[in-house]
Amino acid sequence: MISNEQATIPPGHSWNRIPVIGAACAVLGVVGCAVLGPGNPKQFFFSWLMAYLFFLSLALGALFFTLFMYACQGGWGIVVRRMCETVFATIPVMAVLFVPLLLGLQNLYPWSVPGAAEQDALLRWKSPFLNVPFFLIRAAIYYACWSFIALFYYRLSRGQDATGDPAISARLRKFAGPAIIVLALTSTFASIDWIVSLTPHWYSTMFGVYFFAGSFIGFIALLSVLVPAMRGAGLLDTVITAEHLHDLGKFLFAFTAFWAYIGFSQFFLIWYANLPEESFWFKARLEGSWEIVSLLLMAGHFGVPFFYLMGRDVKRNGLTLAVGGIWLLAMHFVDIYWQVMPTLHPEGIRPSVLDVAAFLAVGGCFVAAVGWLMRRQALVPLRDPRLDESLAFENA
Amino acid sequence: MAFDSLRSLGAKPPFVNQLPEGPYYGVLAEFASPADLYQACERVRDEGFTRWDAHTPFPVHGLEKAMGIRRSPLPWIVLAAGLTGAIGGFGLQWWVHASAYPLVISGKPFFSWPAFIPITFELGVLFAAFGAVFGMLGLNRLPMHHHPLFKSKVFERVTDDAFFISIESWDPKFDASATRKLLTSLGARSVELLES
Repeated sequence: MISNEQATIPPGHSWNRIPVIGAACAVLGVVGCAVLGPGNPKQFFFSWLMAYLFFLSLALGALFFTLFMYACQGGWGIVVRRMCETVFATIPVMAVLFVPLLLGLQNLYPWSVPGAAEQDALLRWKSPFLNVPFFLIRAAIYYACWSFIALFYYRLSRGQDATGDPAISARLRKFAGPAIIVLALTSTFASIDWIVSLTPHWYSTMFGVYFFAGSFIGFIALLSVLVPAMRGAGLLDTVITAEHLHDLGKFLFAFTAFWAYIGFSQFFLIWYANLPEESFWFKARLEGSWEIVSLLLMAGHFGVPFFYLMGRDVKRNGLTLAVGGIWLLAMHFVDIYWQVMPTLHPEGIRPSVLDVAAFLAVGGCFVAAVGWLMRRQALVPLRDPRLDESLAFENA
Repeated sequence: MAFDSLRSLGAKPPFVNQLPEGPYYGVLAEFASPADLYQACERVRDEGFTRWDAHTPFPVHGLEKAMGIRRSPLPWIVLAAGLTGAIGGFGLQWWVHASAYPLVISGKPFFSWPAFIPITFELGVLFAAFGAVFGMLGLNRLPMHHHPLFKSKVFERVTDDAFFISIESWDPKFDASATRKLLTSLGARSVELLES
């Protein structure tokens, strides 16, 4: 059993300041966007979309991870589940951060420009799906589904802290299978709506899985940083052991390979068939300085971390695991950058202050929300019926 | 039968492991419970024995620590085998497509590395799996057609309800009478000397 004191941030602890720091970053970012954005609206909307997708993908990855754990009755990860819940509980905040994009749809999505479909046969063909009202309806559906699942899981799990009712676990487990299906479908459609339709002529049947692979490894990377950082700050340092870090490391290791497998499969079929309506998307990413980013992803998102995380000792040490987590989190950002920005800057990499400002604004809100929730709750599901199993977990 | 006739000619059957020669295989001690076995293993480990084993009907958690078993070198074998497969697969395709027998396929360059990746990946996985299976067999000195332990009548209960320690006679610390005494003093229910 864990006492409430062991599992909460003590008063006066430095982590109590995280919401303030996050909010300060957000204010700084919003001011930056407000000052610089009007001068370069196209850059602003692309930068915002990129930052928004990065943090949204972390929250969706957290939701996937928690649902998987319930669906397959995973025992080891119960000590880290509250951190997953905290991250996906930010989904309603992400819904608010989505709203600014609606002000500049025409800057992002060529199909949303009035009259675009008249001049373009393919856009005309796709217009029953790619039109503004239906786009808005779909976004509302995604957020309705995600917020419902996220808050349902967060509230019930928090409720179990008070009651210890094992029926809650059973109920959440029963719900997990259907929720995974809903989440898989909505995140697939959302990634097509928000990323693929930046280049509305493109087709890729693999993109939804690619987005999932990135989200999942992004979130595991975040957790691989967050958990050792918490232990270093004296939070849950007696609760989370090298055994739990080891399993996080295994997930991180496995999903570098999964991401590469999916990413390569998407590229490979398009490269081999070499059909213009598919290959132009990759051609844009293999020209000029974008080729460097593509190679960086291959080496940095797969090659280097794959071999780095292969050994057992690297995964069982908080510091070395966190190094892998920070690296892969950065690579996940590069991945999102590589998906979004070549559409705006086909001539090559063009970093912008607005990239930083939008990242601070969205990331600040995300960090503030996570930090604020962490202060208000136990950092582990205190009375989950299987918590003892998780505490005693050992890798065989 | 075939192996017997080979052996009469002085030949060793291929791919079959054999135990060292000697009059004794070693000492076999039977324990009543996993707890007894666990404590006995810790003592045998601390006495400095290296060529010995524990036998149980089901996995006993943490027994490898009590036995002082070091980490297996198997992961390195798997890594080496996997890299061999991947590099060999990639290299073979490179050599065939770009040098030995260049053909234009769908207008792509001779050295079209993306086309080589599926086979590179599959051969890497295949060789890693071979490394894991055959490395495991080799490290366990399997296959072995017969083992002296099976001569023991009490050892039949190893798949049922009895727990055993066997110490092999070629262990540098082995001494037929002293080792038997040690195992008896550790609470063994029965101790027997096994012939080779």
